[in-house]
Amino acid sequence: MAITKLHEIHDRRRSRNVGLGLVLGAFVVLLMGLTVVKVTVLDPAHFAQEASR
Amino acid sequence: MTDVTISLESGRDDSREAGFGDYFALLKPRVMSLVVFTAFAGLIVAPGGVHPFVGFFAILCIAIGGGASGALNMWYDSDIDRVMKRTQSRPIPAGKVTREEALGLGLTLSTFAVVMLWLATNWVAAALLAFTIFFYVVVYTMGLKRRTPQNIVIGGAAGAFPPMIGWAAVTGDITLSSVLMFMLIFMWTPPHFWSLALFMNADYDKARVPMLTVTHGKRATRNHILVYTILLAGFSAAMFATPLAGWSYLVVAVVMNALFVKGAIALWRRDEAVAEADGYRAEKAFFKLSLAYTFLHFMALMVDKALFSFGFGGPF
Repeated sequence: MAITKLHEIHDRRRSRNVGLGLVLGAFVVLLMGLTVVKVTVLDPAHFAQEASR
Repeated sequence: MTDVTISLESGRDDSREAGFGDYFALLKPRVMSLVVFTAFAGLIVAPGGVHPFVGFFAILCIAIGGGASGALNMWYDSDIDRVMKRTQSRPIPAGKVTREEALGLGLTLSTFAVVMLWLATNWVAAALLAFTIFFYVVVYTMGLKRRTPQNIVIGGAAGAFPPMIGWAAVTGDITLSSVLMFMLIFMWTPPHFWSLALFMNADYDKARVPMLTVTHGKRATRNHILVYTILLAGFSAAMFATPLAGWSYLVVAVVMNALFVKGAIALWRRDEAVAEADGYRAEKAFFKLSLAYTFLHFMALMVDKALFSFGFGGPF
């Protein structure tokens, strides 16, 4: 049996696996965005100081 | 151990395996939409401002926190959800999601939402969100709902916190303005739910939930609706003591309170025979009006804030 053969459970749970993947991906993007905003927009002086080191 | 045995142990029916939508349904998306709207209004009308991305993130955290408390509510109330027609298709009574899964999801998302809101904004907003979840799950769901017909009155506080949280996310404080936004929803909740209970009585009766209509009868419920509606009009007017209310709010407050009090008087004057004869038409109309009442009040506050920022008008 090929190691890549999908078990029936993969089909059955596709919706929740894809959904969870998208949620986790969105979380990464949101956290990245929040970090960028906090560092560069809300505290630019501190950002410039750190960048010049 | 096979998948089948896991299902047998957990009590889940594999022929109706949960999809992503079933887990999402645990978060009570319809309730979440009210939470999002009022939290957004609180955030918009707060003095000062917040970066749009931070504001979006804060609203998302408040929505997730609200959804998490919905999942915890479904975990605890799954026994009565099986009995009531309105809730029988929820994921746990439908056999798609187990109680343990709902508990796990609720606890995880609650922690996540509070911590992330703290990191994104401030500890006041995060503490208010944590208290809201605690209040809804422990005080309302576990404590009051099955014990007292005043469950809706006190439990309504949980639904009233979101505009305060939105406000605190911007300012980091609690003021008269944010407390009055809280009071607006707090006083609105009893007439809103009791008018629903007037024509959904059988469901609560079957589940042995001590709704006012079940414990004290519909006559007492109609009296209570009138009293709370008059008190609500008072709190709506009190908003003029804050710098939030302008001309839009004045128009909405006058029109909506006049209609709401008129509707409450109409319900108070009716008896059960009349209501049954016309299929609870006035009760259903009052319930619909209650939805517009909150929506328009908070919309008016946001419109006034926009007008003030463009130099049109000002607080009274």
